[in-house]
Amino acid sequence: MMNAMQIRFGIILWLTLFFPSAAVRADIPVARQSALRYLLAQDCGSCHGLTLQGGLGPALTREALAGKPAELLRAVILHGRPGTPMAPWQPFMSEAEAEWLVQQLLEGKAL
Amino acid sequence: MITECQQHRLAATLAACALLFMTGCATPRGTGDLGLVIERAAGRVQVVNTSQPRTLATIAGLGDLSHASVVYSRDARYAYVFGRDGGLTKVDLLCRRIVKRVLQSGNAIGGAISQDGKLIAVSNYTPGGVKVFDAMTLEAVSEIPAVYGDGLRSKVVGLVDAPGNRFVFSLYDAGEIWIAGLHDPKKPVVQKFTHIGKQPYDGTVTPDGRYYIAGLFGEDGLALLDLWQPEQGVKRVLQGYGRGEQALPVYKMPHMDYWALAGDSAYVPAVGRHEVLMIDQRTWKETGRVAVAGQPVFVVARPDGRQIWVNFAPPHNDTVQVIDSLNGKIVKTLTPGKAVLHMEFTPRGENVWLSVRDDDRVKVYDTETFAEIAVLPADKPSGILFTPRAHRIGQ
Repeated sequence: MMNAMQIRFGIILWLTLFFPSAAVRADIPVARQSALRYLLAQDCGSCHGLTLQGGLGPALTREALAGKPAELLRAVILHGRPGTPMAPWQPFMSEAEAEWLVQQLLEGKAL
Repeated sequence: MITECQQHRLAATLAACALLFMTGCATPRGTGDLGLVIERAAGRVQVVNTSQPRTLATIAGLGDLSHASVVYSRDARYAYVFGRDGGLTKVDLLCRRIVKRVLQSGNAIGGAISQDGKLIAVSNYTPGGVKVFDAMTLEAVSEIPAVYGDGLRSKVVGLVDAPGNRFVFSLYDAGEIWIAGLHDPKKPVVQKFTHIGKQPYDGTVTPDGRYYIAGLFGEDGLALLDLWQPEQGVKRVLQGYGRGEQALPVYKMPHMDYWALAGDSAYVPAVGRHEVLMIDQRTWKETGRVAVAGQPVFVVARPDGRQIWVNFAPPHNDTVQVIDSLNGKIVKTLTPGKAVLHMEFTPRGENVWLSVRDDDRVKVYDTETFAEIAVLPADKPSGILFTPRAHRIGQ
């Protein structure tokens, strides 16, 4: 049984998977980049570990994320994962910023 | 005649510089007004003095201290620091040095010391379970794998000690509470309670050691186990406190630190609601709720129970609120700085220490006047833990 949140999440996921151009890849100013890295280490790090080796949440290392589509990861960051403690981080960053963060994670350059 | 500290030091660090010998352990002193401040990113701890708020020493080399916690030996001389990277480090507060450090798992979350002070238990995420160590030597004694279902391993949270040389903990993935009896430390006897609720995120025990309470993330409610009568099983309390409303996003998991009892009511963080819930500890019914500034993370009572201090998840983590337990009203809202992570009272509560991570500071407040009385520099401070914990059940 899917609840309303899961259905909504599914739609968002579907949209982001098939219409990835929704987020324009913009240049993130350097100051904002370091703020995002800080957020990643300190606040995402509460659950995923300061070194991204995982905790209550899964590891976010390059190895752990290998093979996962960037669009899916972006959707998870922005909209969260219902049924888990992963919250929607949309109030804290734009779509372009989430996309940038995903790139850094996938390339193992996030920290 | 040389002191015990000097003997340790001689044995451990023959090459240590002469200056070190001259300081640190020279003067005998107690540890009742000492504590540790965790510098989470730097992998260091500060040894602090709460009588004259100041840092006495900084000790490095403790690994990844995100989500670090500490318990104390019953003589309150040694701190056992549990790091995220599975590191278990024994720190000597008097000699201000690491006595021993072991990497006991891949990913740990916390730990506890047994009633008799002889065993240290660590709760692990990877591999999920509890490992038990000799408090003196940190040698491995036994292991309790958190196996459930078809051989799956669950992350373990909310590990506390309880009378009867028992450890009690919750299985996050399995939704279970286990009691491990360690009368024979090498052969833990485990009693399992299943279907206690979805995603227990943390647990604590009442100061008398009688009730174990697990907070649930996956549903509105708490799981309650009477350790005096475990045969009665786990009861659900405060069920449905969310009243069916959509939960708000939680940007940091709440914690159940020391059970915040004030008068007849205990105060606990709601999950997904900007509220602190009040429970009558005799009936375990809700007696009220206090609307607060954000998602509560820690809800802690001043030792006399007159005040309840609350900090919050992002984006409200610059704020701390104080509830007067006499009338359940907020009497003070402070903004100590960016990212207030933890709060710890001095032994009798005249001061509270707050770690302000993003400002690289620890701030000390007078709890009566709310005046800021000291600021100590610290590198990304998180947990602040003082030695009176050595003598409290569940800490």
